[in-house]
Amino acid sequence: MNLEKLKKLEKVVNSELTSKIQKSIIEKNELLIEINENDLKEVVQFLKLNDFLKFRQLIDIAGVDYPEEEKRFQLIYLLLSHENNLRIKLMIRFPVDQIIPSITKIFPSANWMEREVFDMYGIKFKNHPDLRRILTDYNFKGHPLRKDFPLTGFNEVRYSEKEKKVIYEPVKLEQNYRNFDFESPWEGTKYIKEVKNLEKNDKKN
Amino acid sequence: MTKKTKTMNLNFGPQHPAAHGVLRLILELDGEVVEKADPHIGLLHRGTEKLIEQKTYTQALPYFDRLDYVAPMNQEHAFALAAEKLLDIQVPIRAKYIRVIFCEIGRILSHILNVTTQALDVGALTPSLWGFEERETLMTFYERASGSRLHANYFRTGGVHQDIPLKLIEDIGKFCKSFPKIIDDLEGLLTDNRIFKQRNVEIGIVSKQEALDHSFSGVMLRGSGIPWDLRKSQPYECYKDLDFKIPVGKNGDCYDRYLCRIEEMRESVKIILQCIERIPKGPVKSIDGKISPPDRKDIKQSMEALIHHFKLFTEGYRVPAGNVYTAVEAPKGEFGVYLISDGSNKPYRCKIRAPGFSHLQAMDYLIRGHMLADVPAVLGSLDIVFGEVDR
Repeated sequence: MNLEKLKKLEKVVNSELTSKIQKSIIEKNELLIEINENDLKEVVQFLKLNDFLKFRQLIDIAGVDYPEEEKRFQLIYLLLSHENNLRIKLMIRFPVDQIIPSITKIFPSANWMEREVFDMYGIKFKNHPDLRRILTDYNFKGHPLRKDFPLTGFNEVRYSEKEKKVIYEPVKLEQNYRNFDFESPWEGTKYIKEVKNLEKNDKKN
Repeated sequence: MTKKTKTMNLNFGPQHPAAHGVLRLILELDGEVVEKADPHIGLLHRGTEKLIEQKTYTQALPYFDRLDYVAPMNQEHAFALAAEKLLDIQVPIRAKYIRVIFCEIGRILSHILNVTTQALDVGALTPSLWGFEERETLMTFYERASGSRLHANYFRTGGVHQDIPLKLIEDIGKFCKSFPKIIDDLEGLLTDNRIFKQRNVEIGIVSKQEALDHSFSGVMLRGSGIPWDLRKSQPYECYKDLDFKIPVGKNGDCYDRYLCRIEEMRESVKIILQCIERIPKGPVKSIDGKISPPDRKDIKQSMEALIHHFKLFTEGYRVPAGNVYTAVEAPKGEFGVYLISDGSNKPYRCKIRAPGFSHLQAMDYLIRGHMLADVPAVLGSLDIVFGEVDR
């Protein structure tokens, strides 16, 4: 995929969709455009059916969680055009309770991908035919790929000899999960930064 | 007067030898005709993506072996390429050739398993016995290069872990000379076999349009007549310089997909032979000491190497912030990694795009209206491995 083709693609997309595009960047030879979640269906439809662009295949939908930000979630739609040998990334950003329009009508393969996003992040899709959990256990609670979900989870499963069945119990660990902070103590750790900032402020005052 | 009929629900799996692992398929049957199929997946879900977010880039790599465990190195490749793209580093030429050799060995490994188990599902036992002998030979090649037969952890960011032993290339060459004969034998058992054809021809037909709509890739796409292979269309490593063909099917049924896989194995052998001929001498990993760890002997001699070693295996390397999508043509289709880095030593998000996920999703559409006995045949030709579907 060469850069010229991507730039041409960026131009075409920008001129056709003008107001719907909030941002478009080419980085590392990949084009990413940011759109509003309400325009999602129209934009995807346009990219798929346009005679010049022909993004006929949805590769994947990736969710990302930024808990500190106001618009907490991101969804990235990866599309591929076989005819033009090009890829494009569509990005939408939205807060927690936002309901996103489903694109299963346009791409049937979006069905499971959206189910996975729902399972992992708890993002709901409007007009999805069958929005169930997909990868996690039956009766699972929580959304594991959210950053505030602990790596160890909440429940563990074992076979109980006493009850002669598989039982669920709260996780008990012999040793807590250890997460080392590798920031160099000479430049990085938080408290030193804080001390430095305090000193700076003092000088200013 | 029409008779009132009731559909029957059947639980296929999760403990069924033809379910290719832990697939729970809930079938709605009208007599022997499948009305609806609802695959329940996730019984092998290990939270790979969540785990990767907690590990350094070096530690994240072995998780990829455990996705599609019949062709481990192809998966590692996608992750290594993604990290290299973010770091913007070059891989030495020798490492590129070694990678291609082992990727093609992975392709043969996966295709042998799939072709022979597909045959097993429709009633032929012998091919799997013959095929697994060859798989064992190939896995010893994995072992001699990386130290383990399955979970290799061999492709590292910036190259491969170690140079391959001298005699290994020679032995791989010998294998490539003898292997086409084995493919002929397998074909002799299956290609014109009446039972095999009855069970596979015109079963699970996928049209071009539907293959695109359902996000098919790899053999599933090529079997339907779309000439698309990432090795040709978006070449990575040294595939650009190699001469190979892309077999394309015509009818898009299970039989065509079988033929594509057989033909791809022959092409893989050709690719390996070309690589063996051309492989140059030289380093096998990036010379950047901040990314690839130093040699064992240097650690004993040089203080700097020792520090690098310590830092790389505790803190790991930092990857500049950004997001990239890289895809490789894995044996099962397009295997992609969408990697987001926030500039620290751990990936912020690593989305794994597994080809089998989309393929299995289409199960309902593929099997509707077929007989119950076709379920294993279609499932076999989809080439499902649950390590990658469930992640």
